[in-house]
Amino acid sequence: MDAHRLARRLRTGLRGWGGVGAMAAVCALALAFALLLPHTQSSGAPAGGAGRLAHGTQARAETKCDNGAAPQDQSLSPSGGGATPVVDRIKAREDRRLIVGVDTNSYRWGYLNPNNASGALEGFDIDLVHRIAKDLLGDPNAVSFKAIPTNQRIPAIQNDQVDMVVRTMTITCDRLGDVAFSAPYFRTGQQVLAPKKSTITGYNDTLAGKKVCSAEGSTALDNLKADKGGKIPASTDIRTVVPNQLDCLVKLQLGEVDAVVTDGALAASQAAQDPTVELKGGLFTDEYYGVAMKRGSDDLVRQVNRTLENYVKDGGWADSYQKWLHPTMDQDDKKSASATPPAAHYK
Amino acid sequence: MTHPPKSSTAPPGTALPTMPAVPPQPGQAAPPPAPGPSAVPEVAPARRTAFAEGVDRLREAATTEPGRLRIIGAFVALLVVAFGAVTAWQMTDRASAADDVLTRSQPLSSDAADIYRSLADANTAAASGYLAGPQEKPEMRRRYESDIRTAATKLVTAASNSEAGSDSARTIAELNNLLPQYKGLIETARSNNRQGYPVGSAYLRAANEQMQAQMLPKAENLYRKENQRLQSDYADAKSFPWAAIGLGLVALGSLAWAQRRNYLRTNRVLNHGLVTASAASAVVLLWLVVGHSVARAGLNDSYDHGVRSLNVLHDARIASLTARSDENLSLIRRGADTTKVGDATVDAYAAGYDEQIDKLAKSLVRADSLADDSAGRKPVTDANGFMKAWKDRHGVAQGLNDKGEYQQARDKVIGVGKDPTSVCFDNVDKALQTALGHEQTEFKQAAGDGKDALTGLPYGAAVLAVLGAAGAVLGIGRRLSEYR
Repeated sequence: MDAHRLARRLRTGLRGWGGVGAMAAVCALALAFALLLPHTQSSGAPAGGAGRLAHGTQARAETKCDNGAAPQDQSLSPSGGGATPVVDRIKAREDRRLIVGVDTNSYRWGYLNPNNASGALEGFDIDLVHRIAKDLLGDPNAVSFKAIPTNQRIPAIQNDQVDMVVRTMTITCDRLGDVAFSAPYFRTGQQVLAPKKSTITGYNDTLAGKKVCSAEGSTALDNLKADKGGKIPASTDIRTVVPNQLDCLVKLQLGEVDAVVTDGALAASQAAQDPTVELKGGLFTDEYYGVAMKRGSDDLVRQVNRTLENYVKDGGWADSYQKWLHPTMDQDDKKSASATPPAAHYK
Repeated sequence: MTHPPKSSTAPPGTALPTMPAVPPQPGQAAPPPAPGPSAVPEVAPARRTAFAEGVDRLREAATTEPGRLRIIGAFVALLVVAFGAVTAWQMTDRASAADDVLTRSQPLSSDAADIYRSLADANTAAASGYLAGPQEKPEMRRRYESDIRTAATKLVTAASNSEAGSDSARTIAELNNLLPQYKGLIETARSNNRQGYPVGSAYLRAANEQMQAQMLPKAENLYRKENQRLQSDYADAKSFPWAAIGLGLVALGSLAWAQRRNYLRTNRVLNHGLVTASAASAVVLLWLVVGHSVARAGLNDSYDHGVRSLNVLHDARIASLTARSDENLSLIRRGADTTKVGDATVDAYAAGYDEQIDKLAKSLVRADSLADDSAGRKPVTDANGFMKAWKDRHGVAQGLNDKGEYQQARDKVIGVGKDPTSVCFDNVDKALQTALGHEQTEFKQAAGDGKDALTGLPYGAAVLAVLGAAGAVLGIGRRLSEYR
């Protein structure tokens, strides 16, 4: 018990400076204690969720939030819940429409095709939205799509401008404090995009002396800054920062940069628009997309999770993947880590 | 008065009846270098400097009346001639500056304005065409092409009119480099859009940014420089000819003094020659003052009612063009670019539209206050009405877009839906074009009137001054002949 208390004290002490390194250290410590004191562990002590921490060490760099759980494993189970106030309110709307915030510029995800005369949006995210609407309101087209900027995803939910956001949105610990997420519906991570003939092979030494483009305020830029001189050579030029990840493709095509680092899913979307570029190497981080909703709308979260379970089960997910993402994400029959739907772990 | 005999006796054989030449003899006055009296060729002994000898002779001559008369005659004639020469010179300057205003600097300023406008217009046409996609009207495409052509052609004219190595020349060279780059970005945007790739919108954004952040400021810079040249030509043409007027007054004053002196000594009221000289000088002075005042008035008028109105209307047109391209880009980029307004994060182009429409409204208010007749005010009033309708319709389109009715919002903006904003923009643009045409005509008329007021003045002044000087010389010569 003493050892366990010590672990807890250490953990709270380290939480103050909350870095990943600290968490990793705590994980190692907790693992050590778990191995040393199997009895204490198996007794199922509830304090601090040490059990989940121990579980976390199996994955190489899996992020854990303050409560000890991975961000994508904190959604509500579809089975629970009684009253459905939020769902009822949506159903009671005059036009019986679900209002969803989407992206309309992400090729193959949420995209307005100028050659589609109907003006209907299309893509992997859009398919999911139609499915959610079908399960919720009985009509896949009972949706009002709203194009929202990346940095307005959270405010739009908080200000009730939209019921949910389905917009290549990564589930992170920070965001969990602002919005509620569904179970993860897509596994992705950061990835490198470069011309096919380039000598760059991935997020590694081959980036030496190369100019790399990333979007302002993106996870990619954070990673590049942190890894410069570590995972990637110090000679990598990461000064090219643009407002939107798609602007990186412009720079790549104009030859102003040698590579782009962005979300694998978005990198695939870029590769789909230019046959001369491709994804290089695998995902070098682990991230999961989720449907974001307002905090406290538990019944809607459970409803969406139910849809996700069915969507995976009945092959709808796989069909959509095959249609929009398979051509650029899977190379030479080598399945991408994104090709299988992520397993749901509820709170 | 005493007249020493040695200088009063005219030598025999003198050929000149009016202003007899004095034989070469020591102590004789050397006439000052005036066109009136004929100079006496004299080989001065090289004992002393020519100047000292001249001063001595002048001093000696001043002691006798004929000597004094000669000096007075030469002096007055010199003054009248100088007055005429300075008048001719100053008025030639002003006339050519006025001519420059009308035929060189204003057209160049208007050319620079055209470059600026064509570039902004091309950008608007490109954005409109992009948003319309497969529904792009051929006129839109033609408009873009013709704008690019106009900009390129006018850049060539501007280059040939700019001094090598000047700021303007550099700016023009930079614009010449940027223009094909811009075109390349637009074409890539279009071809990507045609294939359905959203990276096209990123290219369009890059093109728009290059236009807004680099090309338009440079074009504006060029326009301002040409405008400065216009201002300085205006200042040159309008600057008061003080030297000429001052000399005129001095010439008239000395003519009056010479006549008064004559009257006091001879009791003769009129000396024809001196009266002619006075009249000629007075006419030149009057012509100078009145002509230049009229010219100034005309130029002031052309500036107040022409140039100022043209500048304001030009600003209005640029604001309207930018508002239109922002309106299109807002629907093309669909929230990919945001900006902060106060604490709120808003779509960059939606905010840009609001800002430009405000600018347009302000420019129209100023244009209205500058318009000096109903023909000038009408198109401005029209533009104002169309702008208000545009604002209203834009609000509706924006509302539809906010509600998620993207397709309807887009139809309204590209002009296939009901009450489209495109029509309002076209109307604003046409009204502004009419207003600009009207002000251009007003400018030409007023500046032309101003320039015409100076016609003939330099030549007239020269001829009259020669006449006046001849009169003065003859008048004095007549008096001098009495001593023979």
